[in-house]
Amino acid sequence: MSIAITTQIICFTILSLVILIGALGVVLLESIVYSAFLLGGVFMSVAGLYLLLNASFVAAAQVLVYVGAVNVLIIFAIMLVNKKEDLKPINDIKSRRIISTSICLTLLSLLIRVDLTNVWSLSSPQNSIGEESTIRIGEHLFSDYLLPFEVASVLLLMAMIGAIVLARRDVMSKDISTGLPVDQELIEKSSEPMLTNKN
Amino acid sequence: MMSLESIPIQAFLIVSSALFCIGIWGLLNSRNAVRVLMSIELMLNAVNINLMTFSSYVDNNLIQGQVFTIFVITVAAAEAAVGLAILLSLYRNRVTVDMESFNLLKW
Repeated sequence: MSIAITTQIICFTILSLVILIGALGVVLLESIVYSAFLLGGVFMSVAGLYLLLNASFVAAAQVLVYVGAVNVLIIFAIMLVNKKEDLKPINDIKSRRIISTSICLTLLSLLIRVDLTNVWSLSSPQNSIGEESTIRIGEHLFSDYLLPFEVASVLLLMAMIGAIVLARRDVMSKDISTGLPVDQELIEKSSEPMLTNKN
Repeated sequence: MMSLESIPIQAFLIVSSALFCIGIWGLLNSRNAVRVLMSIELMLNAVNINLMTFSSYVDNNLIQGQVFTIFVITVAAAEAAVGLAILLSLYRNRVTVDMESFNLLKW
């Protein structure tokens, strides 16, 4: 990459701060809507890190797929299920928090230790192919990664059909339990939930 | 201060490790099912940063890590779609998104 090293370090610091603080906000903030928008910021910053790593195609794919599709999907899901509800308190919430936090901190210290102590065999010079990486990805996708590429298309089709089947409302002319005709309106009605908590 | 040629690889790896651990923490501690899905996305992004870092620093001629990242992004998109569809049908049947009340698979 042709950017000076000082600029790279400044960009990297800003991007990683945005990523880490945004991720903490995603998991810690009370409002789920703020979390969703912060998640979009985290995805954009990750795309910025990809640009620093000389991968413009993957950065564009990240912005298109994550920010453009996944984040919008999550915001739509929040709109559909957004209901203020009083969560039942859990008895042993404190011990759960302590255990999960200690597990995460242990894993983090382990990972950082591996990162810092291992001797990485780096190839030099770094980032030698630069903007040619898009061409190289295309060559990979149509030669040695052809089978995963085709399987991915089948996977996307299956996911699409599965999501439609799972999320659609059953359109029936008659109610199964009562036998009365159902009026097909778009507005969600309050109905008796089928699977209530028995306990 | 010693002069650097490029950002050390450890910096990227530490950022991705921290992001992964934040994702695990959110996965374990969230009550809202949508937030659990968001934590999974954070973890997938941490893995992607790792793959991209090694592809750029270790394997910069045959950038196979970038191809892997593309596949991970594909699978993540499919996972988000199916996960949110499951969440919607669950919400329709139980009228809640509280993770503690989803106990159908408990024996």
